[in-house]
Amino acid sequence: MKIGVCAKISPHADARIKIKSDGSGVDTAGEKLVVGDYDEYAVEEAIRTKEAVGGDVTAFSVGPASDEKLIRSGALALGCDSAVLISGDDAEGAGALGTAKLLAAAIKEAGCEVVFTGKASTDGGSSQMGAMLAELLGWAHVSQVTEFALDGGNFKATRNMDAGVRQIVSGSLPAVITCEDGLNEPRYPKLPDIMKAKRKPLAKKSAGDYGVGAIAPTSNQSNYAPPPPRPPSRIIEGDAASAASELVRLLREEAKVL
Amino acid sequence: MSILVFADSANGAFKPTAAELLGKATALAAALGTTVTAAVLGDAPAASLGGLGAAKVFQAAGDFSNYDNGAIVDALAAIVAAANPTVILAPASYIGRDALPRLAARLDTAMGSDCSDLKVEGGVVVGRRSEFAGRAYADVSISSTPAVFTVRPNTFPKPENNGGSAEVVAVDWSASTPTVSVVETLAPEATGIDLSSAGKVVAGGRSLKSKENFDSVIRPLGAALQAGVGASRAATDAGYAPHNEQVGQTGQTVNPQLYIAAGISGAIQHLAGMRTSKVIVAINKDPDAPIFQHATYGIVADLFDVVPELTKAVEALD
Ligand SMILES: Cc1cc2nc3c(=O)[nH]c(=O)nc-3n(C[C@H](O)[C@H](O)[C@H](O)COP(=O)(O)OP(=O)(O)OC[C@H]3O[C@@H](n4cnc5c(N)ncnc54)[C@H](O)[C@@H]3O)c2cc1C
Ligand SMILES: Nc1ncnc2c1ncn2[C@@H]1O[C@H](COP(=O)(O)O)[C@@H](O)[C@H]1O
Repeated sequence: MKIGVCAKISPHADARIKIKSDGSGVDTAGEKLVVGDYDEYAVEEAIRTKEAVGGDVTAFSVGPASDEKLIRSGALALGCDSAVLISGDDAEGAGALGTAKLLAAAIKEAGCEVVFTGKASTDGGSSQMGAMLAELLGWAHVSQVTEFALDGGNFKATRNMDAGVRQIVSGSLPAVITCEDGLNEPRYPKLPDIMKAKRKPLAKKSAGDYGVGAIAPTSNQSNYAPPPPRPPSRIIEGDAASAASELVRLLREEAKVL
Repeated sequence: MSILVFADSANGAFKPTAAELLGKATALAAALGTTVTAAVLGDAPAASLGGLGAAKVFQAAGDFSNYDNGAIVDALAAIVAAANPTVILAPASYIGRDALPRLAARLDTAMGSDCSDLKVEGGVVVGRRSEFAGRAYADVSISSTPAVFTVRPNTFPKPENNGGSAEVVAVDWSASTPTVSVVETLAPEATGIDLSSAGKVVAGGRSLKSKENFDSVIRPLGAALQAGVGASRAATDAGYAPHNEQVGQTGQTVNPQLYIAAGISGAIQHLAGMRTSKVIVAINKDPDAPIFQHATYGIVADLFDVVPELTKAVEALD
């Protein structure tokens, strides 16, 4: 089976986020870049699916050409067989919908039957890509999956919904699955595999290669700023019982939340 | 031309986000000189949304009780075709992450997800949202039509329903998207209160030391406050609380009026999930714990002493 996984290279969760002085964006130069947190689960699930049913895994990514190294170490070294990296100004600035169009074109060309994505990217975190991809491909999709299994052309998945409700669902391939924390235990790359990954095929593409044309981004981000400051905190003194009753009084009378 | 609010419902009743979004849409529409419409799936009382500001409600009949994103997108797309909105507002809940991006792709338009504010600027609606796990905020504007925004539950106050009634337009729709069928719905492992939309949340961390302590110290305060119960990843990893109660970057995002963090240090990944809470209470025995930098009120003490007293004090309220 042809299996696909979408992996976005983004700053590590602990990276320092420096906001550009003109508010036009953030500067992550020099910070550690990694495959996104949820994308690690997606990569692992793609590889496990290959191990269960056979086939091969292609990793797809839209990002700068310099991401190649991280896709090799964060996807190919773990067991993905090949990768497609779509770069260039048109691709990198395409916005979520444009990125989805590029990824959908690449996935179609590769002939995948199942594609895993993260629930959300680590940087933008907009949780749009998986569902957008499914629509553009005309496939079924399941979001926030914590368990996944294939049975022939059908799949079974458990999804995390609102209010702590989880559902077991079934459907037929092709499908996009967005991966939730805890879906699996991502493996670490072994040194020899990191060496081998350097020779695995990685196709470098641009937006033009997919005939999608120059995609004008239809979403635009501006006015970047740090989180709004919070009022200074007020420490409540006293023994446990009096601090507790003073807190309740403040919550009711001052903050008006009780 | 209008602002279309997706008024989500379950079992024939509107969710709180319907009123929150209609209230905000009314203010935005006044600034733009346009009207508010609403989209309803299933049999919730559509006309009643007139009392919350909707001039017209588009209703797609059908049984939506078995969640199916294919049917939801097909029905919403039919409503959008009938309503022809310039802006769509929807809750940033499961449906907002699962179905709305698919709808946006079908409409060939962009989307601003998980907004924590909306405003009118330069004659269009602009969203404010966080990126990088809450460490940066940015405005998102959308040049394609309709502009789709999802908004975190509890972001806007709920207006009173003034009893008005809206014109209801029945919209025909048919299913075309590949579907996924529900095999089984698993009951929540713990409280049935939806963390992501809860008005109050009580959360415990590694310091609870056992599931028994978590259940006997944190949950009673949650029950007394009728709050959702959350936990740090250290606590869910250790099995003190179920995984779906984890708050943070890789857990749930909460946006309550009141968030009480007991024995939680305030790691950046935890803050990512709760920093927009209106009032944050920190109870921690370490005065230098980072959580105090974000807290509205702090108590520097042993949580095993303070939390039971707090439960008692809350129970004593009339
Ligand atoms: C990629 C990634 C994603 C992550 N995602 C999340 C996430 O989604 N959510 C999340 O929460 N974490 C997440 N983490 C983990 C996060 O970094 C922290 O490790 C975690 O939040 C710590 O949990 P804690 O505050 O309960 O424990 P600790 O950091 O160990 O803090 C315990 C606190 O309790 C206090 N304390 C101890 N005993 C008492 C007592 N008796 N009374 C009062 N106070 C006491 C201590 O002073 C301390 O401040 C993630 C980490 C990574 C790397
Ligand atoms: N530029 C990208 N390249 C590859 N995959 C991506 C890209 N952007 C998003 N994705 C995938 O889509 C998921 C959700 O991303 P987002 O919609 O940005 O939150 C991520 O976890 C990735 O799996």
